[in-house]
Amino acid sequence: MSKANGNFNRTQFRLGFWLLLAPIVLWLSLLIILPHIDMVLVSLRERIASRQYGFSFGNYTAFFTEPLYWNTFVRTAVMSILATVLTLIIAFPVSFYIAKVLTGRPRIALFILCLLPFWVSELVRTYGWMILLRETGLISGALQWFGLADQPVEMLYNDVAIMVGLIYTSMLFMVVPLVTTLDSLDNSLIEAGYDLGGSSWNVMRSIVIPHAMPGIMSGCIVVFMLTLGNYLTPTLLGGKSSLWFTEQIYTQFITRFNWEQGAAFGILLLILSSLIVWLGLKITRQSFTRVMS
Amino acid sequence: MIPSIPSSRFFRVSYLSYVTLFFIFLITPLVVVAAFSFNDALFPSLPWNGFTWDWYLGKGDPRLGLFHDDALLDSIGVSVQVAIVTTMASLALATCNAFLFEREQFPGKNFLYVLMLMPLVIPGVILGVSILVFSSTVANWFEVQFGYEVEALRPGLVLVTLGQFAFLTTIATLVISARLRKFDITQEEAAMNLGASRLTAIATVTLPFLKPALFGAGVVAFLMSFENFNTTLMLVGSDAPLTIAMFDRLREGSTPVLNAVSVLLMVGSACLALVSLFVQRPAKP
Repeated sequence: MSKANGNFNRTQFRLGFWLLLAPIVLWLSLLIILPHIDMVLVSLRERIASRQYGFSFGNYTAFFTEPLYWNTFVRTAVMSILATVLTLIIAFPVSFYIAKVLTGRPRIALFILCLLPFWVSELVRTYGWMILLRETGLISGALQWFGLADQPVEMLYNDVAIMVGLIYTSMLFMVVPLVTTLDSLDNSLIEAGYDLGGSSWNVMRSIVIPHAMPGIMSGCIVVFMLTLGNYLTPTLLGGKSSLWFTEQIYTQFITRFNWEQGAAFGILLLILSSLIVWLGLKITRQSFTRVMS
Repeated sequence: MIPSIPSSRFFRVSYLSYVTLFFIFLITPLVVVAAFSFNDALFPSLPWNGFTWDWYLGKGDPRLGLFHDDALLDSIGVSVQVAIVTTMASLALATCNAFLFEREQFPGKNFLYVLMLMPLVIPGVILGVSILVFSSTVANWFEVQFGYEVEALRPGLVLVTLGQFAFLTTIATLVISARLRKFDITQEEAAMNLGASRLTAIATVTLPFLKPALFGAGVVAFLMSFENFNTTLMLVGSDAPLTIAMFDRLREGSTPVLNAVSVLLMVGSACLALVSLFVQRPAKP
């Protein structure tokens, strides 16, 4: 706009620019950058006496020397990766069906149906699974009804329950990017693959999946991030045995009031998630701004 | 695989049943939650004891219905307040950001854009915790320097609002920027050639064009604020928004009144979604 309009004066334009710049700088520095810097500082101090602090790496060494912390961290990462892979495997055929098999109204209808569960809160979604899986729940009841079990079966509070909840919660973030990228694949390319004698598997492997790669990766990154940072689903579906890292952060901050240790945990989780996102972007040669917008 | 390629009947049938199973998986938990809000029993579990409105209209213990449960109603009120303030604030800032990124050229613009996207990849718990740490540092500093306690910087609704605002602004910015990119700037120039000042041109030409995006971003921000849990959990004080209140009840092992709240939430967001579809449709180019 600056070039096209000679008829309004330059000072006015600069003032307008600074007025637009000030709020975003305030927002980013006061709510994002300074809080994270402060958290790093807090994680690097140690309480020597009351209201007396000294510099120390103690909170980080505590993490590496205490097996419980370390194990929870690795377990959270591994479960998150597994949940991401399973979500991808489950979502891919469905996204392909919506994008490539269906046309017209049924297509739009099914796509909206995919989004519906996500208009209700995560808490309600998790709560639904609790009602289904608990000892007096629907699945246990159904098993007894069909004579497959002779007493109530408790299906909550184990890793499978956590996994089901995590996959359910993150499904939307996989389906949407997959449908979008698959949609942009020209059907004639698939037909050409068959004309040239390719089997379904070969067409899938050398035409469809390479084309869908950007969608696959952006879906995976978002799902992994959300799973790693999830608190609600592991806590409610896993109960005492959930051992999720965000739960450790919560415990340190709110229950034990050990902010120094909690801040160190927070930084570690942030490093892990940034590292994985960075790796994902590197492997697929995607740009951060493109994947996220 | 695709309709123009012949495939075996077995393949088509099994593919269709897989997709059907998927949608059953997707919808069952919600149906179950809704159904048990009408079960005439003290727990949201089997056996089915018949239909009742008690979990909506029940007047007293042990069957306190949603519309007489003051604690839950208060928490809904808190959530609505927080959501309105957060939505308004993030829309205002997001509109500024959209103009900044779409219209201005300045050194460091890409860097600022990447920073603006950061909140999307920071886990909610960490965002909440970092704001908690920083606000308390600032509050302590005030106390030491001036002997004055800044109540707003201690866990409570102000911090909850700030925490949600921190990441909702990014989402709103993306939505509004996308719409602003489609705007034909010559319209604004025409208005100015006809004698309008720059601000008048933006207010009468550009903002009406942005209205569907503003509304859409507003609905998304409102819903996300309403259902936010991770960030809120870390910043909450004595007034609990709905998600936190429900979480506390869930851990105590609650009555089907929570199912009734869930149904209310589903109906509420379905209505909002419908309204936003309705508002956005006629304005589409």
